[in-house]
Amino acid sequence: MQRARIFIILTFIVSLILLVLDLPGKIDFRSVKIPFIENEKKIADFVYDPANISIPLGNFIIQKDLSYRLGLDLQGGTQLTYKVIMDDVEPDLRDDAYESSRNIIERRINLLGVSEPVIQTLKVGDEYRIIVDLPGVSNVSQAIDLIGQTAQLTFWEGDGTPVASQSGNTNPLYLVMGQLIGSNPVPTDLTGKDLQNASVVFDQTSGKPQVQIQFTNEGGRKFSEITKRNLGQIVAIALDNQVISAPVVQSEIVNGTAVISGNFTPDEAKGLSIALNGGALPAPLEVIAQKTVGPSLGIDSLQKSLFAALIGLASIIFFMVYIYKKEGFIAAVALAIYTIIVLFIFKLIPVTLTLAGIAGFILSIGMAVDANILIFERMKEELRRGKPRDIAIKNGFSRAWTSIRDSNITSIITTIILFYFGTGMVRGFALTLFIGIIVSMFSAITITKNMLLIFENKENIKKK
Amino acid sequence: MDIVGKRRIFLTISGILMLLSIIFIAVFGLRQSIEFTGGSNLQVVATNGKTIDTNRLKNLIESQGIKVISVTKNTATDVIIRMETISDEKKNQILSSANKSEFSLEEKTFDTLGPVIGQETQINSLKAVGIAIAAITLYIALAFRKVSRPVSSWKFGISAIIALIHDVVIVLGAFSLFGVLFGVEIDTLFITAILTIMGFSVHDTIVVFDRIRENLLKNVHNYTFAKVVNNSFNETLVRSLNTSITVIVVLLSLLIFGGESIRWFIAAFLIGIAIGTYSSIFIASAILVEWYEFDKRGIKIGKYFKPANLKK
Repeated sequence: MQRARIFIILTFIVSLILLVLDLPGKIDFRSVKIPFIENEKKIADFVYDPANISIPLGNFIIQKDLSYRLGLDLQGGTQLTYKVIMDDVEPDLRDDAYESSRNIIERRINLLGVSEPVIQTLKVGDEYRIIVDLPGVSNVSQAIDLIGQTAQLTFWEGDGTPVASQSGNTNPLYLVMGQLIGSNPVPTDLTGKDLQNASVVFDQTSGKPQVQIQFTNEGGRKFSEITKRNLGQIVAIALDNQVISAPVVQSEIVNGTAVISGNFTPDEAKGLSIALNGGALPAPLEVIAQKTVGPSLGIDSLQKSLFAALIGLASIIFFMVYIYKKEGFIAAVALAIYTIIVLFIFKLIPVTLTLAGIAGFILSIGMAVDANILIFERMKEELRRGKPRDIAIKNGFSRAWTSIRDSNITSIITTIILFYFGTGMVRGFALTLFIGIIVSMFSAITITKNMLLIFENKENIKKK
Repeated sequence: MDIVGKRRIFLTISGILMLLSIIFIAVFGLRQSIEFTGGSNLQVVATNGKTIDTNRLKNLIESQGIKVISVTKNTATDVIIRMETISDEKKNQILSSANKSEFSLEEKTFDTLGPVIGQETQINSLKAVGIAIAAITLYIALAFRKVSRPVSSWKFGISAIIALIHDVVIVLGAFSLFGVLFGVEIDTLFITAILTIMGFSVHDTIVVFDRIRENLLKNVHNYTFAKVVNNSFNETLVRSLNTSITVIVVLLSLLIFGGESIRWFIAAFLIGIAIGTYSSIFIASAILVEWYEFDKRGIKIGKYFKPANLKK
């Protein structure tokens, strides 16, 4: 009995701590005051911010972000699935190209300022795929343009051939350049690789947005040679297949800086500077799937499912207490503790919660009750056979355990299969259900059992 | 309650339900979402509150060279347009041209999937279901391996699987019907529901079988197999019902209060669990007993029980 009592007390204390940790959003303890004590002392002098937990441990500090992670369907956003077109890439270079594509995309997204993006690589057969989750993004088109752009920056000069109205080359890029710098445009050795940095600036006089680029030392040298060669002539600057700027070289530029001015909108200028800073993609990308959820739908879904979860939990507690009375109340308490533990695990791992994920969690609550019911029914049977209460409890547990174990294992098998074959939403569901089942087995066996033992003991003592 | 004696009735009911389901599936087919077929789904709301004329919207889109497969109404002002695969750019073009003419539409969700991914998803789903069935059968046979008499452990496994397939077929049949009546589509969430129902249905069945196993191993009173099964059923009935009720209560609250995007997902669950409970209680054990009786007719008694143990 002592052991059971200690266990339960420990469990309650841990649950209370976890309950506080489970709360979403910040809690400012400084504003919570103890009434009637002189000067109304504060309870504690800090602000609990789940997004910034740091626990000092001697020389180490554990830092973790413990806020809830919400999937796209609950906060709104876009998921884009890209295929890397590896046709022009040598087979043994493909893995490198894959990885650098992923890194460049990540850089671009971070520069765009998206909070908590998720970028995954997924190779399916011969297809190299990259899946990008962009939560809370309002301008999806801009994101797609930015991510998908190869962003190969090239500088071209004419070789003296005069401008002709027709060019033999049917490439639209060459056609446009042909009209600017002569029908034989020559690519220089200056490319986007020689870029150190790009930033958005605004022209002093016109106020139009421009992109200022800073070359590396090597790039600066190349650039000064190009400008020296082409004084008074046009140098064409192309991004992928488009000429974005064709300035006349006014003077030899030796400081390694240049300004690209085209007819940019502020967004376009920003996009260009991000693409240049992130680096050019080694291979082009193609969008093969897109899923967008509007933010209002997201919040709506979140509120509704939380409410449903609350109602569900309340109904079960009501039901359990009604049918099983005193034991039902114990099961209800165990269930509440179960919920607190599971929520904390969701925060800890962290598990990205989707609508289906929340449904999985709620389902697991229903199943958690099942374990308790199995135990209670067995207990009733033992009592009917005339066994004393404490033996009835022990027997109830041991007999029920084989049922609980076998039946939960099949559910666990299906969650593992779902996790392996599924993507996104399905995985979220499988994960929450899996965690829910495991924790429910634990809570039924340990918490319910010990609470029953304690209450039994108290009853026996009262009778004596 | 003597379910074993009345088992023919229940087996017949199930047989009819399964037949109906198979007919529905064969005749109406299953409406597949774009996750399986590829394509684009655009959900829009009318910000001016006016009812959306679906025919004119369809014509507008088709006039831009995009094939429209269907336009479904959630409500008068909330419409889902299903069309061939289009890009984000094209979608924006559609919206702006619609808003320039008589409409005032705001995008709520937009999904687009290339056909290759669709096929992949189909194959993966089938694989997942197949593996689940195999894994579950194996597990049950293993768990019940100590009970070889009078019914081999494989029979337990296969009876459970038959009950499970029965559940899945009926849910599919129901959704084939719903596809025709309400336009409901099968998507990956539906497959998730099916797989989870499989897990649950077996969960229930195992509890009954577990009891049968226990009683068989003891069999103090030397009851016939049929009677053991019947007793086990009666003993577990209360527990099965209570568990199912708690899960159903939780699902109902999700159905009523939950978001619209998982509504049919939850509906699939509800139907699946209701049928699953029914099959675990009435069908799985019935199959077990039928099988035993069927085997017994062809084989001498001595092979199963020693004569002294068997009371007829």
